[in-house]
Amino acid sequence: MKHRYLPMTDSDQKEMLEAIGVKTIDDLFSDIPESVRFKREYNIKPAKTESALMKELMLLSQKNADLKTNTSFLGAGVYDHYMPVIVDHVLSRSEFYTAYTPYQPEISQGELQAIFEFQTMISELTGMDVANSSMYDGGTALAEAAMLATGHTKRKKVLISSTVHPESKAVIETYAKGQYIDVVEIPHKDGLTDMSALKEMIGDDIAAVVVQYPNFFGRVEPLAELEEIIHAHKSLFVVSSNPLSLGALTPPGKFGADIVAGDAQVFGIPTAFGGPHCGYFAVTKKLMRKVPGRLVGQTVDENGQRGFVLTLQAREQHIRRDKATSNICSNQALNALAASVAMTALGRNGVKQMAIDNIQKAHYAKEQFRSAGFEITFDGGSFNEFIIKCNRPVREVNQALLKKNIIGGYDLGRDYSELAHHMLIAVTELRTKGEIDTFVAEMGDYRA
Amino acid sequence: MHNENQALIFELSKPGRIGYSLPEMDIPEVELSDLLPAEYIRQEDADLPEVSELDIMRHYTALSKRNHGVDSGFYPLGSCTMKYNPKVNENVARYNGFAHLHPLQDESSVQGAMELLYDLQEHLIEITGMDEVTLQPAAGAHGEWTGLMMIRAYHEANGDFNRTKVIVPDSAHGTNPASATVAGFETFTVKSNDQGLVDLEDLRRVVGDDTAALMLTNPNTLGLFEENILEMAEIVHGAGGKLYYDGANLNAVLSKARPGDMGFDVVHLNLHKTFTGPHGGGGPGSGPVGVKEDLIPYLPKPILVKTEEGYTFNYDRPQSIGRVKPYYGNFGINVRAYTYIRSMGPDGLKAVTENAVLNANYMMRKLAPAFDLPYDKHCKHEFVLSGKRQKKLGVRTLDIAKRLLDFGYHPPTIYFPLNVEECMMIEPTETESKETLDSFIDAMLQIAKEAEENPEVVQEAPHTTVIGRLDETLAARKPVLRYQKD
Repeated sequence: MKHRYLPMTDSDQKEMLEAIGVKTIDDLFSDIPESVRFKREYNIKPAKTESALMKELMLLSQKNADLKTNTSFLGAGVYDHYMPVIVDHVLSRSEFYTAYTPYQPEISQGELQAIFEFQTMISELTGMDVANSSMYDGGTALAEAAMLATGHTKRKKVLISSTVHPESKAVIETYAKGQYIDVVEIPHKDGLTDMSALKEMIGDDIAAVVVQYPNFFGRVEPLAELEEIIHAHKSLFVVSSNPLSLGALTPPGKFGADIVAGDAQVFGIPTAFGGPHCGYFAVTKKLMRKVPGRLVGQTVDENGQRGFVLTLQAREQHIRRDKATSNICSNQALNALAASVAMTALGRNGVKQMAIDNIQKAHYAKEQFRSAGFEITFDGGSFNEFIIKCNRPVREVNQALLKKNIIGGYDLGRDYSELAHHMLIAVTELRTKGEIDTFVAEMGDYRA
Repeated sequence: MHNENQALIFELSKPGRIGYSLPEMDIPEVELSDLLPAEYIRQEDADLPEVSELDIMRHYTALSKRNHGVDSGFYPLGSCTMKYNPKVNENVARYNGFAHLHPLQDESSVQGAMELLYDLQEHLIEITGMDEVTLQPAAGAHGEWTGLMMIRAYHEANGDFNRTKVIVPDSAHGTNPASATVAGFETFTVKSNDQGLVDLEDLRRVVGDDTAALMLTNPNTLGLFEENILEMAEIVHGAGGKLYYDGANLNAVLSKARPGDMGFDVVHLNLHKTFTGPHGGGGPGSGPVGVKEDLIPYLPKPILVKTEEGYTFNYDRPQSIGRVKPYYGNFGINVRAYTYIRSMGPDGLKAVTENAVLNANYMMRKLAPAFDLPYDKHCKHEFVLSGKRQKKLGVRTLDIAKRLLDFGYHPPTIYFPLNVEECMMIEPTETESKETLDSFIDAMLQIAKEAEENPEVVQEAPHTTVIGRLDETLAARKPVLRYQKD
């Protein structure tokens, strides 16, 4: 068998078998009992050559309507943003992508330093003391936050706002089952967490309250008021946040959040049909030793030279096994690198400007819809998303829009029965005035 | 050693420089204060770097040179399967029609992506011998937890609420007990015998009507095939428990034995290991989970189904454990793994395992004279050596690992598994040539000789890296986890 990934030649094989002292390769598998040995060939597709496979998969990929050749107004947690071209050039340095977890710091300083810089940037954006090296995604990061909170407070009940991303809520619920945590949903009022309901539900048995900022409907939740209510009961204040929005919005750290978690997909990471993205996890100094996942710290070598290592590993599964703070091992290191490069390219001014551009363009689109006679549901201070009401199921509208090469907004009826026919529209900095105006015009027939 | 720090990107920052080209603002703008309450408008900018595009490229190029990947050199990190990462996988994953799809688009507009996922599932079902596969879990540990949650749901659906124990061998990966805890179980350990295999007597002792599952890697972390697997399955199944397969070591048995035929009920795979992920410096991975028929109802939702009208996600799964991840898993990694499997075909995958096992046995035999070989029998894709002999000379396994850095190698996994003293766990993989193996063997033999004749050179290693051994105690005692301006 000759294959470009397999360097073994017949003469290599012969020499190696002799050195081992066996006649055939099969002899090396003699410890697999006859009864469990697989005796036929895999019934899978035969190998394809490089060029034939590329062509087949290119054609397969073209069966999809992608965001680059269509115009997208779909967000709901995953966004089509400006990705500085340099990001992919850095990621393509194979010293990064063909390495593994930096267990040997002397030959992993590049990765370790890049993660240290990522931790710093996430701390800056969220206004928190400490950020880890990444989580799988925003949803599992929030679930880890809920688990951290129950472990820290020794309370077994978590409140979660109904304005948190429905798929994140679903993930939290699955993790909660594993940990015997009780998850209770706080209703929303006009698209914001219902304060009076929260006041009734909160008590000294609540480990954490989880809210999203900006929330799933695009609205800016009043973190200051939430904080007062939550901390009055010594519950942890957990905020899920789109880190791009924090270029323009006051960071949750300023409002006393204990844990800020979310997804950094907005920074240089392709939507990729939902993953891999890049969860982040930031906390106050007080919770530093309870953080899940890898942390990189600065130290010195024997000559006093600055260097970086994986640190506080006594929290982790490979040391603590069943007593670890989390079972996470592989995380999203390469995507954390992507986010770092994007945050670096955007920098202090770019992140702020891009966040403001999102607010402005979404506001423009919202006003165009309003002028066209659409009802804006839950109108008020928002980031880059808002809701309009249609005269028929959003799915039908979206299928019609696809014919015009427009990917329409999210069907809120999927998650909120009271919001059937409501479309959540995302407008990022990438959308032009022309695209927005065309979209509003195309939507004309579907006004409720 | 060249002692040059690479500045932090923050230290390279200069106010006024930019590295971006944001889209034009072609709409009328309004005052932010008209749109948001003042309290919620950020007053103090996030202190991110201000650098030009060339500054960025030079910075990360410099960092990449301070990093060792498979493309830099040999990386025999046991249990991690650091094989070559094919470049075509990277190209395919970047096709517009894969990289730039939104997970919430109308299903009619993503049929190509769904077809790929469905076909990948079919391939993994055949490779593992299971009945159904979910691609939702993001990595191996996530797959472990998903599988255990399904086992819990299965027992509970049978009214069996007393199965609180998960059993793992003393040689198990650390993620196994950690995942068991997150899934709400207690972990119990079963001992290995002097052959390096699970001790059946001890297994009979720990298994009972409170056993939810036994988690097993086969071959185990010593690189040895658990020959008594069918008896073990009988013991666990006989007590009403389930058998869980940790797929970290699947590279050893492709086309040779399938977990589904060995009696396993649940399997997770690490697509970033056997199926060339790549590892990305610590992820993203992908950890699909395969199950036997009786566990299908508990799979995470949605599941992907093929109908006459096309592919669709089915959410109507009343017994499902729920979602384990937003959307449908790490699609980009799944595309890469699929491209790899289709590049190899059945013959190729068989050759992968045969060559991986041949490479490992060859190295093991060549190194056995100079180091302690705790289990003297054919290994599978990896093997363990003990540095006991060198330890007596004052040279620890850690020193040997650090000395290997001077030869341009990434060291093996060290001090794991826990049941072997001064352990080195070596996994060469099938993509390495005999010449590479021979050079590594020579380096190891030289280090063994140095340990006898000139131990300081090993004890004080590394000598050629950009930085010396780092003070990990200081890092943990006074954590500095972010850059602070002076």
